[in-house]
Amino acid sequence: MHNGILLTAAGWIRDILTFLFGNELVVNILMTLVGIGAIISVILTSAIVFTYAERKVCAFMQVRIGPNRVGGRFGLLQPIADMLKLMSKEDIIPNGCDRVVWSLSPMLLFVPSALIYSFFPFDDGAILADVNVGLFLLLAISSQAVLPFLMGGYASNSKYAMIGGMRTVAQMLSYEAPMAFSLIGVVMLTGSMKMSAIVEAQATHTWFVLLQPIAFVIYLITATAETNRTPFDLVEDESEIVAGPFTEYSGMRWALFFLAEYANLLSISILTTTLFLGGWHGPVLPGAVWFWIKVLVMIFVFMWFRWTFPRTRIDQMLSFSWKVLLPLALVNMLFTGVGIYLYRSLC
Amino acid sequence: MPKTETFILNMGPQHPSTHGVLQVQLELDGENIVHAKPIMGYLHRGIEKLLESRTYVQGVPYTDRLDYVSSMNNNFGFCRAVEELAGIEVPRRAEYIRVIMAEFNRIASHLIFIGTLAIDLGASTGMLYTFRDREDILDLFNLVCGARMTFHYIRIGGVAADVQPEFVEQAYAFLDKVPHFMEEYNQILSGNEIFTRRLKGVSQLSVEESLAYNMTGPNIRAAGLPYDLRKVDGYSVYPELSFAVPVGKKGDNWDRYQVRFQEIFESAKIIRQALDGLPEGEFMAKIPKVLRPPKGEVYSRTESTRGELGFYIVSDGSTKPYRVHIRRPSFVNMQGLDAMCRGMLIGDSVAAFSSIDPLMGEVDC
Repeated sequence: MHNGILLTAAGWIRDILTFLFGNELVVNILMTLVGIGAIISVILTSAIVFTYAERKVCAFMQVRIGPNRVGGRFGLLQPIADMLKLMSKEDIIPNGCDRVVWSLSPMLLFVPSALIYSFFPFDDGAILADVNVGLFLLLAISSQAVLPFLMGGYASNSKYAMIGGMRTVAQMLSYEAPMAFSLIGVVMLTGSMKMSAIVEAQATHTWFVLLQPIAFVIYLITATAETNRTPFDLVEDESEIVAGPFTEYSGMRWALFFLAEYANLLSISILTTTLFLGGWHGPVLPGAVWFWIKVLVMIFVFMWFRWTFPRTRIDQMLSFSWKVLLPLALVNMLFTGVGIYLYRSLC
Repeated sequence: MPKTETFILNMGPQHPSTHGVLQVQLELDGENIVHAKPIMGYLHRGIEKLLESRTYVQGVPYTDRLDYVSSMNNNFGFCRAVEELAGIEVPRRAEYIRVIMAEFNRIASHLIFIGTLAIDLGASTGMLYTFRDREDILDLFNLVCGARMTFHYIRIGGVAADVQPEFVEQAYAFLDKVPHFMEEYNQILSGNEIFTRRLKGVSQLSVEESLAYNMTGPNIRAAGLPYDLRKVDGYSVYPELSFAVPVGKKGDNWDRYQVRFQEIFESAKIIRQALDGLPEGEFMAKIPKVLRPPKGEVYSRTESTRGELGFYIVSDGSTKPYRVHIRRPSFVNMQGLDAMCRGMLIGDSVAAFSSIDPLMGEVDC
């Protein structure tokens, strides 16, 4: 089988390391580290690129130009300027806060956001950890992102932050359920939770967005809610509670929250691509290129949502999740099951 | 037995949402509001006191700064009060120009209302669209009086300068654009399910309650009472122009939004009729160099964008007023805030402030 770009590059690196070290175990450990390094660099680069992209997309939708001063006519060095500014800010620690919990919160938020990248199939065979329960493990790890919000909210010793923290927990827990159930349809069609198997199934049959349109829509909605983007950005609701659990963070700590938010955005786009849009599979171009094209389209769609819709109210949002999305996801599961049974018995 | 308590959240004067510097102390039971106490005065500049030490003509620019988003209407109100006191007759051309300016300013102010309501609910794009369209109106004002915000254009006895033919041309061009951009707002805002559900049925105030709080302007028209001073009092040349008064049914946030939305169309109608029928003549009456109104007092009211704007002037026969009291619609409308917010969630309180459309310059004077 012809290896894609990423696997070819990995092969070269492995050859170089084998030449340098020779010991099998050492080479394997170093290859894993190279893989981790590659993923972290993807996350960091994406954070930089997407802050810029978001501001430009937002500006064009709002009949403005966006950053156009730093780094030439297109403001390309704007994110670098932002990073430098954040790094040079004073570290303000609120009075009476719980120091340990407060400082840990942004770091603990970043960990699950980064960890799930090890389950994404960037290309044919290019997954860092292709485990049998890939999808399930991914969902379990990303659910851990709920706790740091509550930690930040509670430890900040501020009423705004506390309200924000409580809202986040309510929102994220409520939207975990429909998300998981909508993805069960995909798992039923594939017969396996392995991420590479899901992409294979779409390569051999058809993209799951056509077979599972309802699940696709539910997944889009719940993913937006999970990453706290408008229309579900109650958490960081600027006009109500200033910045929710992030209110009392400044400088690099806030930058970590921000980084985690963009890492989450990228990961839900990658998940949508992998589970519904056929992953890296595509006709003429190499797999890695198709993967990124689809991911960038999905990112644009999520940004589009953010700059078009107003935000929902907390009670409307929760009732929507429990009373509309969850039953819909269950009904979708039912129809998928019936459909598979009929397909198997008729064909 | 666990006990719960209410806690006080201070949506303080510095806040991304409240329109200007307004502090609201919310007593919350979880997310439900038990009591909302507005604390005003952060923008108090002592305008009423200042007016006592300025002559009437010097005092007109101070009224610009009251409701700085609809300056023309404030100037209009004050000048009408002084003219009534001093017995000055304003030429017809000046009256028509005043009405045109006041109505353009009404449109501009309502565009800001729609924009700020949108951004308070989270649709920041909606705000930029309305501000873009308001720029055309500000260009018109810039053409005729050189200013974009505090115009000082409507003076005692008439207006400061005549309108040029370019103004009339650009005004017609803008009026032709009105249906298009209003349709755009329908698509992005009124047609959006999330927007509608945030506003419908929220913060309902009946006519009796609104009257009890002495609310005027679009707030009481939304509750169902068609009380518009342009029709009731029939001042200036409004009786000669035909327009409708949009009225709501339930007095919730949605109705307050819809009433102002429709008022933009009605104002456009008024402007078009006024431009069509603009008479020739003087733009300023002959008033004495030193204006000394006779001893007496007058209360003169106009329909400003936010409600009944009243000027109560007491003159002691000298060049400076003895006392000026300004009945500011936003200040009085804020009384209804508590009733609107009781039992609602924090998110609704933000929508409620926005829908009363207060302006802190006017609330604090």
